[in-house]
Amino acid sequence: MVKTVKAIVISGNGTNCEREVAHACRLAGADTDIVHIAELLAGRVNLNDYHFLNLAGGFLDGDDLGSAKAGANRLLHARVAGDSVAQTQSLADQLKEFIAAGKLVMGVCNGFQLLVKMGLLPAIDGGFQQTCTLTNNEGGRFENRWSWLRIDPESPCVYTRGLNGLYLPVRHGEGKFVTDSPKTLQQLEKLHLTVMKYADCDLHPTMDFPDNPNGSQGSIAGICDPTGRLFGLMPHPEAYTHRTHHPRWTRETLPEEGMGLLLYRNAVGFIEKELL
Amino acid sequence: MAWRIVVGLKGNVKDARGERILREIREHLNINLHSVRTLDVYTVDSVLSEDEVKQAAAGPFSDPVIQEYAINQPLASGFDMLIEVGFRPGVTDNTGRTAKEAIQYLTGRQFVADEAVYTSTQYLFTGLTDKIIAEKIAADFLANGLIQHWTTLSADELDPLVGVSITVPKVVSDTAPTVRTLSLELTDKELLDISRQGMLALNLEEMHKIKRHIADSKVVTERQKVGLGAELTDVELETLAQTWSEHCKHKIFSAKIEYEDENGNLQIIDSLFKTYIVGATEKVRENLGKDDYCLSVFKDNAGVIEFNTDWSVVFKVETHNSPSALDPYGGALTGIVGVNRDGMGTGMGARLIFNTDVFCFASPFLEKELPPRLLHPRRIFDGVVEGVEHGGNKSGIPTINGSIVFDERFVGKPLVYCGTASLMPRMLHGEPCHEKSVLVGDHIVMTGGLIGKDGIHGATFSSEELHEGSPVTAVQIGDPITQRKMFDFLIIARDRGLYNSITDNGAGGLSSSVGEMAEDTGGLELHLDRAPLKYPGLQPWEILISEAQERMTLAVPEDKLEEFISLATEMDVEATDLGTFTDSGYFHCLYEGKTVSYLSMDFVHEGVPQMVIPAKWELKELFEPDFEQPENLGKELKQLLSRLNICSKESVVRRYDHEVQAGTVIKPLMGVANDGPSDAAVYRPLLDSFEGVVVSHGICPNYSDIDTYHMMACAIDEGLRNYVAVGGNIDHVAGLDNFCWCDPVESEKTPDGRHKAAQLVRANQALYDYCVAYGVPLISGKDSMKNDYQIAGTKISIPPTVLFSVIGKIADARKAVSMDVKRAGDLVYLLGTTTDELGGSEYYAQHGELGSQVPQVDAEPALLRYRTLNQAQQQNIVASCHDLSDGGLGVALAESAFAGGFGIQIELSYLDAEQAIREDKLLFSESQSRLLVTIPAKNKDTFEALFSGQSCRCIGQVIEQSNLIINGLHGQSLVHETLEHLKQAWQAPLREM
Repeated sequence: MVKTVKAIVISGNGTNCEREVAHACRLAGADTDIVHIAELLAGRVNLNDYHFLNLAGGFLDGDDLGSAKAGANRLLHARVAGDSVAQTQSLADQLKEFIAAGKLVMGVCNGFQLLVKMGLLPAIDGGFQQTCTLTNNEGGRFENRWSWLRIDPESPCVYTRGLNGLYLPVRHGEGKFVTDSPKTLQQLEKLHLTVMKYADCDLHPTMDFPDNPNGSQGSIAGICDPTGRLFGLMPHPEAYTHRTHHPRWTRETLPEEGMGLLLYRNAVGFIEKELL
Repeated sequence: MAWRIVVGLKGNVKDARGERILREIREHLNINLHSVRTLDVYTVDSVLSEDEVKQAAAGPFSDPVIQEYAINQPLASGFDMLIEVGFRPGVTDNTGRTAKEAIQYLTGRQFVADEAVYTSTQYLFTGLTDKIIAEKIAADFLANGLIQHWTTLSADELDPLVGVSITVPKVVSDTAPTVRTLSLELTDKELLDISRQGMLALNLEEMHKIKRHIADSKVVTERQKVGLGAELTDVELETLAQTWSEHCKHKIFSAKIEYEDENGNLQIIDSLFKTYIVGATEKVRENLGKDDYCLSVFKDNAGVIEFNTDWSVVFKVETHNSPSALDPYGGALTGIVGVNRDGMGTGMGARLIFNTDVFCFASPFLEKELPPRLLHPRRIFDGVVEGVEHGGNKSGIPTINGSIVFDERFVGKPLVYCGTASLMPRMLHGEPCHEKSVLVGDHIVMTGGLIGKDGIHGATFSSEELHEGSPVTAVQIGDPITQRKMFDFLIIARDRGLYNSITDNGAGGLSSSVGEMAEDTGGLELHLDRAPLKYPGLQPWEILISEAQERMTLAVPEDKLEEFISLATEMDVEATDLGTFTDSGYFHCLYEGKTVSYLSMDFVHEGVPQMVIPAKWELKELFEPDFEQPENLGKELKQLLSRLNICSKESVVRRYDHEVQAGTVIKPLMGVANDGPSDAAVYRPLLDSFEGVVVSHGICPNYSDIDTYHMMACAIDEGLRNYVAVGGNIDHVAGLDNFCWCDPVESEKTPDGRHKAAQLVRANQALYDYCVAYGVPLISGKDSMKNDYQIAGTKISIPPTVLFSVIGKIADARKAVSMDVKRAGDLVYLLGTTTDELGGSEYYAQHGELGSQVPQVDAEPALLRYRTLNQAQQQNIVASCHDLSDGGLGVALAESAFAGGFGIQIELSYLDAEQAIREDKLLFSESQSRLLVTIPAKNKDTFEALFSGQSCRCIGQVIEQSNLIINGLHGQSLVHETLEHLKQAWQAPLREM
């Protein structure tokens, strides 16, 4: 039997984009399950049975304590029920195991916020230490608009290989990327972990609204960890998998397949090559 | 003891929220301050160790990168004035609930019953030293006194050691649950006093009906068997008041109306609803015959039509006007999450796919002194927009269609329409999914939120005008996340076949939901003491009628009960067994085993007496204005584009997530710069199919001042015209009517009731006439009949308003058409004739006139036109299509041009106009059923052949040059404006909102 790439999308507690993320994973060729977090906590599903973990957009717990804060707290502290072996595990333990096995994690929007607030991104020194954050947009408002994104070709990110630029929608109120110190920012840039930057239509990174919709430091829209396997971004690649998603599809000649799908194809291709 | 954790941004971090508030205080209150910083306060009323509190503060409550915190001491410094705003006891505190859960995860211990976390916000001002101004900022901007309280401290008043003193807004109640009984052997005045004081909204005839029923000797005998006496219990009286309320029973639409037309002819109408609304749908379905695509109309929480062989589409639009008048944020939020439950509560339940919203406000720039209890329209605007934003975005449902209508009379009551569409399988476990029925013996199970005093008397409150004593408990705050968790659970429960029926708890709470479901079996036994409460101290009648949010009621068969409850528990959703559905014939409620209500089902549901309403239509003497044609029509056009009813609503649209679920194909804003105003939305609910749902609406209250018959006809036409403009199939479409009226029942308070009732009759007549003519079935709707404000000597009534929502299908969403012109050289066509119809138009309003010649709809040629347009769209020969509505041809040309980034040049002399009409009128007439279409020149012959014999004129073409050029009847230059200027005029008014 040919081995297939297995992707998981976690749902529940205010996750909203699980269906379209799963659709993108399937279009890219992954065998994909949407799994409610209750299934993971009940111990009936184990993360480690999958290769590709997707943390989708939404409003975990309403983002009531700040975006994804309560969600991060749950993942760090909730215990997995079940047999005696699993009893000692938290979901965070499962996740560590998953990451240590060299598997892929992509967090989009609220999922990116979750990874950052759990300290899994950028994780320059490894470990669960938060060094960056995503906070209120500079304009103080939720924004739904499409953005040009410049990709760092030298980034270790496995998702963006071969890409220069993308055009994707952002839909968030807390997308402004901030680091704890200028040093962290410098390191991120030096290691080419700042995978994706808000840009003008000529793909020059910009701080100007609305091309930069939230005032992110360094125009940063997405970052990866030093392995390039953990990746988080505010824009929504799963929202551009077909040309009719594009806001100007009625007036421009566009490829049938949307640009966002390229990230999922790269992920699945990487897993096929490296992990199967 | 209670702990107080204060969290704030570190000194070097920009406070975007604070800056926004600073700006808004300047805009709302005209007060200039130096700076505002904000702090979040968590009052943790729980037994925790200091270490645990520190962990909570440093962990889930604060962000180490940008925030710092203090425990039981102040964090505030360097300010002149501090205002702290928190919730009043019992008000839904979503953040508090999340904070509590976070601590539970952290410590691994559950909070005990009366432990909780309460949140508040501290605002730190510099440049503010005057306490009176601080109070004004708190009362008029930061807080809503109905649901919040505040503390104001100057810098020297803040205790440097402990900060703001700890207050715990816990609900404290020492009243034991009791059931009162009332004798109704009283005078008429006393009976009415009971109704008024109890917020029951029951009229004298209804009170008499109840009095007679309870005195019936057979009824007395039956009651004695269950331990009740000859007196009515408060539980029973409240049940009847809810079930018989205008809000629940639609008494005005069910009334017998004695209608006298302008010629003195008398007509008796036995129920407007049955005669015109149900009547139209029956006629349309009869005409459709075997092609009838309606699946469930009027009988459920929402209407259901076929989508394809496997799926059906569910749609419902609600209003939430009265609550939004008192608390715009909570009212609108509750409106959107409330209508979401209608979709989930239709048939066996459906997955929500998109929201729509339409608001009617007074101008946010209104500069008049307001009468008491009214909030400034700017505050209403901001609050409602934010409420719908949170309701829609957090629930993960895209808001894809809507509009905002402005009229000064909406200052008395804003209208907040919220709609939701959902998708359900045609068949579920071998049965049609849009049908359901409760079986005798099924358990009454309530899921979702807990019951509190919130929303008590919402149904009866909205059945009255806004008055001095309007209750604060009618205000509620929704909780999208609790509801989202419940919906995730319910879809799984549905697919596992764990229940027989489901409905939502809306107006009237359990009394309505359980009461309606029990009509299937003919009785119920409900144990009120088993209901889960937010806090102790609720009376049995309060439990029964509370409208606390996020609750659904289900009928769960005995053999599935355990599985149902355990699935709910695992998914962290509340679910409680409250009793059983019976065939006893009685609405039987118990509290701790004792009967507290025993009313026959027939009396509860059929007992309400039919109202008789007089109506008299008299033609008003109205005149066409006589002003000269203005010299500069370019200037007129720019002014029109800047009118609130026409200008861009982009600042609002961008705040709504309109793309989540990845189905939005025609988005609200399209065009070369993603900012042109779409006529309708096209949405792909199944990601692996190109079949699309199309949604649009029509609303034109401005025509009501002339004739509500034509207002209704125009609203229907506008909805359909928007729908076909993007490619919606005119032969697979349904309508929903939402009436918002001012009280049409003649009384001392409403001396002009006959006229208002006649306006209502005429709107209904048009609804029937045009739905039948267009072949559009009505599948659901709602009415809100008391949109008046009456305090002291001031009465403000809204203009009669109907939102006509349209939902249907496009077979292939890739054939949808957007409104922006596409390329230079394309030909510009105007479909439909232009006549001198500017009565109620935006152009006349711009000149301070109403006029008399209101637009009239000629359905027969319009329907042919819409069908033919569908054919052209199917053949892919249309480049753009835009409907003509407010501001007529001039506005449509400008919008299509600047959205597409190319100019347009047209000749007014080429228009299909019946008689010699002045140029300004040709340009701004609001004649209905017209569409502006551009096509590539190569498609000319095909396009014209399709429309042969119809009103279809090529009036000009799309040009490279970025100008709108309109030549007059003699070929002279009439308008020559740059697109940049036109767009600027259109975008400026609400850009900063």
